[in-house]
Amino acid sequence: MIKKNKPKKVLILGSGALQIGQAGEFDYSGSQAIKALKEDGIKTVLVNPNIATIQTSEDMADQVYFLPIQVQFVEEIIIKEKPDGILLGFGGQTGLNTGIELYQKGILEKYNVKVLGTSVETILETEDRNLFNKKVEEAGLKSALSKTAETVDEAVAVANDIGFPVMVRIAFALGGLGSGIVETEKELIDKAKRAFAFTNQILIEESLYGWKEVEYEIVRDKHNNCITVCSMENIDPMGIHTGDSIVAAPVQTLSAKENFMLRSNGIKLIRHLEIVGECNIQYALSPTSDDYRIIEVNARLSRSSALASKATGYPLAFVATKLSIGYALNEIENEITKETSACCEPALDYVVLKFPRWDLQKFSQVSTLLGSEMKSVGEVMAIGRSFEEVLQKAIRMLDIGMEGFVCNNFEVKELDKELQQPSDKRIYYVAKALQQGYSVEKLNNLTKIDKWFLYKMKNIVDQAELVKGKKINELDKLTLLRSKQYGFSDKQIGILTNADEFAVRKYRKDFDIIPCIKQIDTMAAEFPAQTNYLYMTYNGFFDDIEPGEEKQIIVLGGGAYRIGSSVEFDWCCVNAAKTLDNHGYKSIMINYNPETVSTDHDTAHKLFFEEMSMERVMDIYEKESPEGVIVSVGGQIPNILAMKLHKHGVKIVGTSPEMIDNAESRHKFSAILDREEIDQPEWEELTNLDSAKEFCNLVGYPVLIRPSYVLSGAAMSIVLSENELEEFLKKASDISSEHPVVITKFIEDAREIEVDAVADHGELFAYAISEHVENAGVHSGDATIVLPPQRLYLETMRRIKMITKKIAKALEITGPFNMQFIAKDNAVKVIECNLRASRSFPFVSKVLKQNFIDIATQLMIGEKPHKIDKSSFDLDYVGVKAPQFSFTRLKGSDPVLGVEMSSTGEVACLGDDFNEAFLKSVLSIGFKIPEKGILLSTGPVKYKMEFLEEMKMLEKLEIDFYGTRGTCKFYKQNNFEMIELNRPYTKEEPNILTYMEEGKIDLVINIPKSNDKAELDSDYYIRRKAIDLNIPLITNIQVAKRFVKAINYSNDKLQIKSWAEYK
Amino acid sequence: MNKNQERATLILEDGSTFSGYSFGYLGEADGEVVFNTGMVGYPETLTDPSYAGQILVATYPLIGNYGVPPKTYDKSLLLHFESDKIQTKALIVSDYSKDYSHWNAERSLSDWMEEEKIPGIFGIDTRALTRKLRDNGTMLGWIIPGDEVSEEDLNKKVEDPNKTNLVGSVCTKNIIEYDGGKTKIVLVDCGVKNNIIRAFQGRNILVVRVPYDFDFMNIEADGIMISNGPGDPKMCQATIENTKLALDKGIPTLGVCLGSQIIGLAAGMETYKLKYGHRSLNQPVNEAGTNRSYITSQNHGFAIDAETLPQDWREWFTNDNDGSNEGIIHISKPFFGTQFHPEASPGPDDTEFIFDMFVRSLK
Repeated sequence: MIKKNKPKKVLILGSGALQIGQAGEFDYSGSQAIKALKEDGIKTVLVNPNIATIQTSEDMADQVYFLPIQVQFVEEIIIKEKPDGILLGFGGQTGLNTGIELYQKGILEKYNVKVLGTSVETILETEDRNLFNKKVEEAGLKSALSKTAETVDEAVAVANDIGFPVMVRIAFALGGLGSGIVETEKELIDKAKRAFAFTNQILIEESLYGWKEVEYEIVRDKHNNCITVCSMENIDPMGIHTGDSIVAAPVQTLSAKENFMLRSNGIKLIRHLEIVGECNIQYALSPTSDDYRIIEVNARLSRSSALASKATGYPLAFVATKLSIGYALNEIENEITKETSACCEPALDYVVLKFPRWDLQKFSQVSTLLGSEMKSVGEVMAIGRSFEEVLQKAIRMLDIGMEGFVCNNFEVKELDKELQQPSDKRIYYVAKALQQGYSVEKLNNLTKIDKWFLYKMKNIVDQAELVKGKKINELDKLTLLRSKQYGFSDKQIGILTNADEFAVRKYRKDFDIIPCIKQIDTMAAEFPAQTNYLYMTYNGFFDDIEPGEEKQIIVLGGGAYRIGSSVEFDWCCVNAAKTLDNHGYKSIMINYNPETVSTDHDTAHKLFFEEMSMERVMDIYEKESPEGVIVSVGGQIPNILAMKLHKHGVKIVGTSPEMIDNAESRHKFSAILDREEIDQPEWEELTNLDSAKEFCNLVGYPVLIRPSYVLSGAAMSIVLSENELEEFLKKASDISSEHPVVITKFIEDAREIEVDAVADHGELFAYAISEHVENAGVHSGDATIVLPPQRLYLETMRRIKMITKKIAKALEITGPFNMQFIAKDNAVKVIECNLRASRSFPFVSKVLKQNFIDIATQLMIGEKPHKIDKSSFDLDYVGVKAPQFSFTRLKGSDPVLGVEMSSTGEVACLGDDFNEAFLKSVLSIGFKIPEKGILLSTGPVKYKMEFLEEMKMLEKLEIDFYGTRGTCKFYKQNNFEMIELNRPYTKEEPNILTYMEEGKIDLVINIPKSNDKAELDSDYYIRRKAIDLNIPLITNIQVAKRFVKAINYSNDKLQIKSWAEYK
Repeated sequence: MNKNQERATLILEDGSTFSGYSFGYLGEADGEVVFNTGMVGYPETLTDPSYAGQILVATYPLIGNYGVPPKTYDKSLLLHFESDKIQTKALIVSDYSKDYSHWNAERSLSDWMEEEKIPGIFGIDTRALTRKLRDNGTMLGWIIPGDEVSEEDLNKKVEDPNKTNLVGSVCTKNIIEYDGGKTKIVLVDCGVKNNIIRAFQGRNILVVRVPYDFDFMNIEADGIMISNGPGDPKMCQATIENTKLALDKGIPTLGVCLGSQIIGLAAGMETYKLKYGHRSLNQPVNEAGTNRSYITSQNHGFAIDAETLPQDWREWFTNDNDGSNEGIIHISKPFFGTQFHPEASPGPDDTEFIFDMFVRSLK
């Protein structure tokens, strides 16, 4: 350990809520930073309102602030905590931008806070295109031909100079917002206009479409020692955002000369920029020569660096932290080998593939085409020893119903067009084209994907052809082995041979075809390594480890981040593993999401970076012979596996899988509720339209429709009329044929309540009741949630607790569970019950300061945790959780909330009362206090009336009110001054859009009268414009009211209190 | 994959066998089985004369991806290769890529190997094989066609290439002069890689390339470069003797890899065989007395014992992984030796400055 000149206390800026372009990878990097600092005896202070993260856990930073990552808050924290160092590079673009602002405003200098690692000057040089290109030139290297423009006219002139098509880039962009290739002047003008709403400078650049896109992670210490840790090659060439690209590591199609030329150039530039720590450099490489361009440098930890860390086993974030406090590379131990140092360029003896996960079908009106703006919400990483193997594994990991590269059922029209236009499904069209006999040359022309990748894809298609139509017992050993080496699952082989998945499994095992366990050791086996970082492959025949240690328990992870399942479940998994290890067990984590802490090498006793398919979990189970499997902390993927695993003799730890099935099956669960005399909304399972109509007429519209086994309300919808019912059912049959559709009576103006709880052999052990701010009808993942409840009657609370107890007993629960209730007056109905941890477990655990997962895990393994004192549920403060949306990224999507979940992340803040906690929370997700004008369109008269009290409060702000015709009329009658603006479709001035564009409006409250399509369409342009112009938008009346009240009561008295100070 | 694909088997001297599919030349080969952890650079690696006598195991599983570049000459040297032919005896990989894609590729790796009669096997658990070599040390091995191994196959006697005159078999037989400026060096060819010659050409130095056992003291030159090469340095007695004379005369001398070991032996140091050698593109070395470290390309099975350094010599570089010697330097005279390859190819060019240092010392 170095001794001199280390900081004593370091402030770390987090990245806030998960959003597209900035997801779980920063929980990983921040957590590693904290560990690295703590190891050196340095105190840590963390600012991050993302309560579901591991980095904000009690045993991580010394002080945690659940506050917005904004200058005014961070300055207060600096004054209070007096740190002498700050890390800006571990909280994504959010942390970086705030850090730059702190520096530029002189705040860091004023309070003597030293920026650790790469200097702000250098960061600015990498963030500003002109400065960056100048630096590249100074280093004697090449960047893309480009020029900045500050007006639309200038942009047009520059573009004409360079020649269309051109790339339009926007600086300081999070995940490439607004950037894109434009073909014509008209397109350019459109794009430039939109861009100037966010920035006063854009960059016009030569288009490198079709060039290879290659990335390197580079590390440099203060002594100028510089290494490249990982090379990555995008399978999708230039033109598609790297976050939306399928990426292989290491590079596959580059010669050694090209590879080391790019390495040298990167190092040259990084030395010239004087980066200290870690950075990512992106290149375009010509597919026809060794010509290259340097595209950009990210002088901070990034999505790519998280991926590179997991791909190589090299702890980039940890090392970057050590370098920033003054270590030399060779003074840091290689955590994986324990024998060598961090001065190491990992040698891989496997291949890695990252595949993005998109959830675009959850949004209306959004384009599924991919370009330079990132749209994916998560990613998976597959490890194997052939490209075919990792491609098929990765596709299955996405958990979108695809069996691999082949054996999928889908229709495609206009195949050539689909191949030319990259979309979220293009890879499957490539498979289709290969099956139809397209040549690799033709596909290369259409897609620009390098032929090498296409050859490999063709191998898969050819192998499928070889197997197809044969009977399973006609397959010889070598053909079967080759199929497995090409990544075919038992299920795929079953589809090809018309056999059951388990028949295939048995058949291959009779041939002794089983995958072997390999270690990831950063050194390609050159040195012995004690690493627990494992994967499985059929391209190998010997296990690296001796499996089957005693007292092992498997924890199934959460898989790819997606809408409805993200970092919350990672928190649960990590905590479950920790509890197991603390109680004499050895945890085995299975997960395949590179953006997580659960896949860190030091989280579990063993990590299998593997698929969570039935097949692979069984493979691991059979090799490792653990005492059981925990399926209740990783969300819906493990939950669904529970019953299947159980049927194949796997021991499930905790609540029995039969009971999980009882809760998941509507019929069984409903019968249990009836038996226990617990009320539920009327519902019916439906198999045809006529019976559906009949039922709806009986209970009356609105009704809620959904398929069974859902997460985040996939394909759920509120239906208002018979017409809509018919329309929906047509769509629903496409969504799921395996599971019937369920119709439930929807209760209007009701409150929604969540219970997160833990039980022990049917006895309720711990519980938390939280309340939605919005009325029922907003998906629980999109709702603003408050703990403890603020508006509930005591009687309602009592009833909810009683029901929860009954359910725990009836389902003999041992472990975590979650229930959702509807309450109207004092009537309480159960709407859902999941026998697993829920999205809100970290929130309630951290607000109550009772780790529900630790308790649940202890109970599941038969430990006796301390009984929780009742007073711990009696809080003197309030926690409010608020959703983060990523509508900005999803061009065209309608930013309105419904029963379908659409948020990508969440934050939660604490306050002395509801108003304070609420305001901190919504400021953390991008709300701003209006200073200029508010546009109001407040929906039905009932809402308009409800909002009168808040209008009086708003008047005190002395800002302008604008309204649509009806809204204006109403409030004028009630003696408010309001300017009437025309709706967008009238195209008449004064028009709402014009006022928004001119910056006169800085808050839009737009409450749709209903979720009826015609109603939504009418104000779609207003909402969309608000999103595109970055104007805060509120579409829910309860949230609008709460926001105004919170501004009124709390704006000037937001407390800067750390988590520990809330007692 | 072709169902009629031929099988082939690697047999190790400890009796273990590894069967897979044949690519390249279908035939027999034997040699010392070594592994290399580089992830790219098979055209350069296979033509590196230091691999003479060896069966090479690539730990990176996907080999052949970008094919093989054309045999273009640049100033009488093959532009894309390190010597005129494949020097390894055979190549063992996990997943051979029969289809390749690269703008500069002329043919497949398999076609090239077939032409040069070099057998290859793919479909082998190269990680397991590597672990065996790491744990047991490098072993002799032989390749047979097919996957049925007879008693006779298992007991085959093969020669240890380290006990043969490997250097003599790979070095130039004639004296070759490469154009350059006024400054002139003698390049003692023990199995030199083309990139070492290119390094001097790029610095406008005239190079006279002579066979390893040539009495180079007869040639008037500003400096002597003793090249890399295969096998045990002690097999190069003539070179060691000649080098002694050069050192006595104080002529600037640079040795790379085997060349460094030869300088060491000439100066009175000892060399020893490493358990499984260093063959990779990612060896970290630390420069003594500084806080600088470099990533280097390496390929050697023997090393200088740093304990045996004479008084006037210093350890210049050490390996950050295992502490072994990576370079020697004389305290007052212009004598340098590096165990790693500053000329890279394939590999990182972090240490190219070594050539600059040497060139500066030439009067």
